[in-house]
Amino acid sequence: MPARTRHVVTNLSQPGFPAYVRLQFDELRGRWALLAPEKVYWPDDISVAILNRCTGEATVSEIILDLAEEFEAPVEEIGPDVRDFLQEWSDRLVIRCGGRKA
Amino acid sequence: MTQTVGPALGMLAELTHRCPLQCGYCSNPVELLKADRELATEIWLDTFEQAADLGILQVHLSGGEPTLRRDLEDLVAGLAARGVYTNLITAAVTLSRERIGRLAEAGLDHVQISFQGARPETTERIGYYRNAHEKKRQAAGWARDAGLPLTVNAPIHKLNIDEVPEFVDLALELGAQRLEIANVQYYGWAYLNRSALMPGYDAVMRQIDFVEKTREDLTGILNIDFVTPDYYADYPKPCMGGWGADAFVVTPDGKVLPCHAAQSIPSLTFDSVTEKPLKDIWEKSEAFNRYRGFDWMPEPCRSCERRDIDFGGCRCQAFALTGDAAATDPTCTKSPFHGDLRRLPPEQPIRKRVIGREKIDA
Ligand code: SF4
Ligand code: SF4
Repeated sequence: MPARTRHVVTNLSQPGFPAYVRLQFDELRGRWALLAPEKVYWPDDISVAILNRCTGEATVSEIILDLAEEFEAPVEEIGPDVRDFLQEWSDRLVIRCGGRKA
Repeated sequence: MTQTVGPALGMLAELTHRCPLQCGYCSNPVELLKADRELATEIWLDTFEQAADLGILQVHLSGGEPTLRRDLEDLVAGLAARGVYTNLITAAVTLSRERIGRLAEAGLDHVQISFQGARPETTERIGYYRNAHEKKRQAAGWARDAGLPLTVNAPIHKLNIDEVPEFVDLALELGAQRLEIANVQYYGWAYLNRSALMPGYDAVMRQIDFVEKTREDLTGILNIDFVTPDYYADYPKPCMGGWGADAFVVTPDGKVLPCHAAQSIPSLTFDSVTEKPLKDIWEKSEAFNRYRGFDWMPEPCRSCERRDIDFGGCRCQAFALTGDAAATDPTCTKSPFHGDLRRLPPEQPIRKRVIGREKIDA
């Protein structure tokens, strides 16, 4: 078993969903639901925009750049919020960061 | 009725009452159903379809021991086809590597394995099943090998409360994502056996301190969910997130309940999926509407500012301890029965759950 440590999210992290978490659109309620063991989260539009970019491939910097472009917001402004958001969801084990560690 | 009933979110499917274990706190009713009362595969599949239409996003497949149903793979596949998140709640003493593989293939999302103790001798003593601990450990390994995420469920009471730190070690060692430290709720079997099971105040406080600190230390490594012991608290827990608010239970013979212990309230009658559409039962049945919302509440709950937080607590606990299911949950300091809560009957040996015994003296 690999040693387990808390992942600290950096610009090089590659966030993605572990197999046991699903982000799916709920037709009945007309909103996105994040399904995790024993929990259902209802992320808001901004959260969904971030979560939908968590492919396990894209790095945090790439995600931030992409969001900055789509929402026409400066990278310096949204960067810290996006990293905090991903750290929080990584701490809940809803997001898993693979790839290069800083 | 004035309130509108929203869609339901979660469903606990008690597929069977049969179980190889005999835990003295089992959440099944004291009168257990035999196998010949269980719903057929087609009825479960149809119920799951209706549940998905009703908005259910997660189904917890439970029992008894759900893996004793040979059609479990088909049931999982039916749910997976509708995008419903499936969680298998198992005691895991009768599983094989092949079976777990088939369940994973059918689309199972998550497995929760209960451990009656963190030590082999405790697990064996509490569940009355030989070599149970080793079998569970093995099954946990197979589940991880099949790529399934794992929750270790630890039901806590007087006989294992000192093992809480060891449960954390066990969960880490087994590669679990989640550890559920669930203090036993005292109704049904656990209420019968409360004098043997209810831990003392000091042990409970030690446990709370330990869990709070450890949960913090293990942030990002292991999720620890803590079901607190409410009989030493000042306020009740928001049982089921409110009666008929967003979840329901279906029993092995198809009765639809607002919570898994609701049958302990004798004045309630329950509709069955074999007689009525699930949507009708959820929205219109008397059992769901009786304690839905706030209109039914007597004082002190009615004018209490916490009523949106705890919904007046657990109806089943209120009934068990006061004889009135609408009363304020006695775990609340505002209940006149609060002081009686910790008064225990004289200690007796644990009564094991048995299927088909006619009567059990309370
Ligand atoms: S609590 Fe014990 S006896 Fe009851 S269903 Fe679970 S494993 Fe079986
Ligand atoms: S009085 Fe009722 S609503 Fe208020 S805290 Fe107690 S149980 Fe909850």
